[in-house]
Amino acid sequence: MDYLLTDEQKMIKELAHKIAEEKVRPVAAKHDISEEYPWDVLKVIGESDLFGLFIPEEYGGMSVNIMNLCLATEELSRACGGIAVCYAASALGTFPIVLFGNEEQKKKYLPDLAKGKKVAAFAITEPEAGSDASAIKTTARKEGDYYILNGLKHFITNGGDAETYSVIAMTNKDKGARGASAFIVEKGTPGFTFGKKEDKFGIRASSTRELIFTDCKIPAKNLLAKEGMGFIVTMRTFDMSRPGVAAQALGIAQGALELAVKYAKERHQFGKSISSFQGIQWMLADMATEVEAARALVYACARAIDAGVKDVSKESAMAKMYASDVAMKVSVDALQIFGGYGYMKDYPIEKYVRDAKITQIYEGTNQVQRNIIGLQLIREMAK
Amino acid sequence: MNIIVCIKQVPETTSVRINPETNTLIREGVKSIINPFDMYAIEEAVRLKERFGGKVTVVTMGPPQADAALREAISMGADEGVLVCDRAFAGSDTWATSYTLSGAIKKIGVFDLVICGKQASDGDTAQVGPGMATHLNIPQVTYVKKVEEATDKLMRVERMLEEGYEIIETPLPALLTVVKEINEPRIPSLKGMLRAKSAKITVWGQKDLDLDPQNIGLCGSPTQVVKIFTPAQRLGGQIIKGEAPEIASQIVELLRSEVN
Repeated sequence: MDYLLTDEQKMIKELAHKIAEEKVRPVAAKHDISEEYPWDVLKVIGESDLFGLFIPEEYGGMSVNIMNLCLATEELSRACGGIAVCYAASALGTFPIVLFGNEEQKKKYLPDLAKGKKVAAFAITEPEAGSDASAIKTTARKEGDYYILNGLKHFITNGGDAETYSVIAMTNKDKGARGASAFIVEKGTPGFTFGKKEDKFGIRASSTRELIFTDCKIPAKNLLAKEGMGFIVTMRTFDMSRPGVAAQALGIAQGALELAVKYAKERHQFGKSISSFQGIQWMLADMATEVEAARALVYACARAIDAGVKDVSKESAMAKMYASDVAMKVSVDALQIFGGYGYMKDYPIEKYVRDAKITQIYEGTNQVQRNIIGLQLIREMAK
Repeated sequence: MNIIVCIKQVPETTSVRINPETNTLIREGVKSIINPFDMYAIEEAVRLKERFGGKVTVVTMGPPQADAALREAISMGADEGVLVCDRAFAGSDTWATSYTLSGAIKKIGVFDLVICGKQASDGDTAQVGPGMATHLNIPQVTYVKKVEEATDKLMRVERMLEEGYEIIETPLPALLTVVKEINEPRIPSLKGMLRAKSAKITVWGQKDLDLDPQNIGLCGSPTQVVKIFTPAQRLGGQIIKGEAPEIASQIVELLRSEVN
């Protein structure tokens, strides 16, 4: 389908496609096995200016545009969901600074992030605070010109490899959700260490670690926005980043679909290509239709955000939920078309199933997305 | 350092098919790309510019659509593009092409270095680079795999041979042809692509260049393609097994009997 992309968007798609095919796909299986963080690929992505897609021009970026970011993420994810998420998670970690940073904070952190010289990470999740983000226990206590951080974050994408962390911690426990604040924490700050690296089912090229804060002293000027704004920072950040997760899922689905079509054409049984069987064609037809429907939803949502539409929580939840459910279904069906070969690690398709699964879970499980959508429907009816 | 890179737009060889009747390439529907060897030439020129400053001008001779090849080179970091394009140049062989391109280079005027890929993936002749050096009357070093050092006046390079390499020092201006071992061409940047899109490409035709009309196009081309054919496959062959001394004497015997 023609999505009437601008010339610049076509360039972004072409460029990300080239990187995906030439630099990502050839090393995807290697990183999946070794779990080695893909610095070489991120360097190429950095030099190509794609990290600039979520950073304003005045700080060395290409301007913030969610549609552009989605196009790049989708293309990279077609080749490897794991490597793509290292890129997308840097956008997630950077958005709090882009949205709420003051001039000094933006000048200090954004130029290096725009060039991909450093990557960022966002840290809210804790062992006891997943879907219930308000249950976070990490604290930030003000002492003179400093805040002292204590607590544990876990499942942090880019954890350990990122240099710049946007961290949510409680500054006033009595105020509940209004007692949380957002901070920028630099890797190497005394008292800030990393726990175990998770051994994951999918997206294994990306790193997922615990962040441990033990009397970690950070300058008070690293506070983002004001005290008590932590959850607002988080919600606004997720509004911006959710289409990116949807785009990641979309790319995984598209990549799996392409592999399935190619394999179906090449594979012969009963004396002919299995693509000549109606059973296979119908599967492929359903997969392609669902991918296209997901794409239409993701792009519409991204464009609405870029156009400044105010409340996109419902649409953005729909895009994330639908695209990730499609990624899961399409990758499983693609594996089915590969038959027994698809189940073997010698073939690339099983990785798509593993990579797809996380998109239904992180940045709000799909059940939480449905809660958001349901709540919004009821609110709209009450108006 | 002012560098001129000469490139050629070629059909993407992985998707080329041959017309079995005429034995010529079927060009319809085949994507055009920059000759892969020329990508190394562009990359090396941009790297030299990044090291020493200066300007990179990319030149190609071809039909109007070769404009896309120049823009791609600009997206990789080249500064300007010149398209040498005229019906009068059609049918040029390597001699006429190198003569015409050297005319364009003379018109550009000031340069320290001309870089070409070692050969084009469609013609495979490796003649245009050396031909240009001759027309321009400047030194040439072919099959360069590394630029070791460069000053305003001199350049020291490694030239690849079948076994090993030689180090050659050449005065500048000079012409280099490069092999794929020299570098890894970069992926363009988005800023580069945006710049390339709006870049102005200079187009020069016959009237813009000081060329002898006898030496251009089909009539200026001494090469005539008389026939194109697929060579017959060699059949069989013979494998001689055993210890080296035995094999050697058997080979000598066989060669002798062939001669007789």
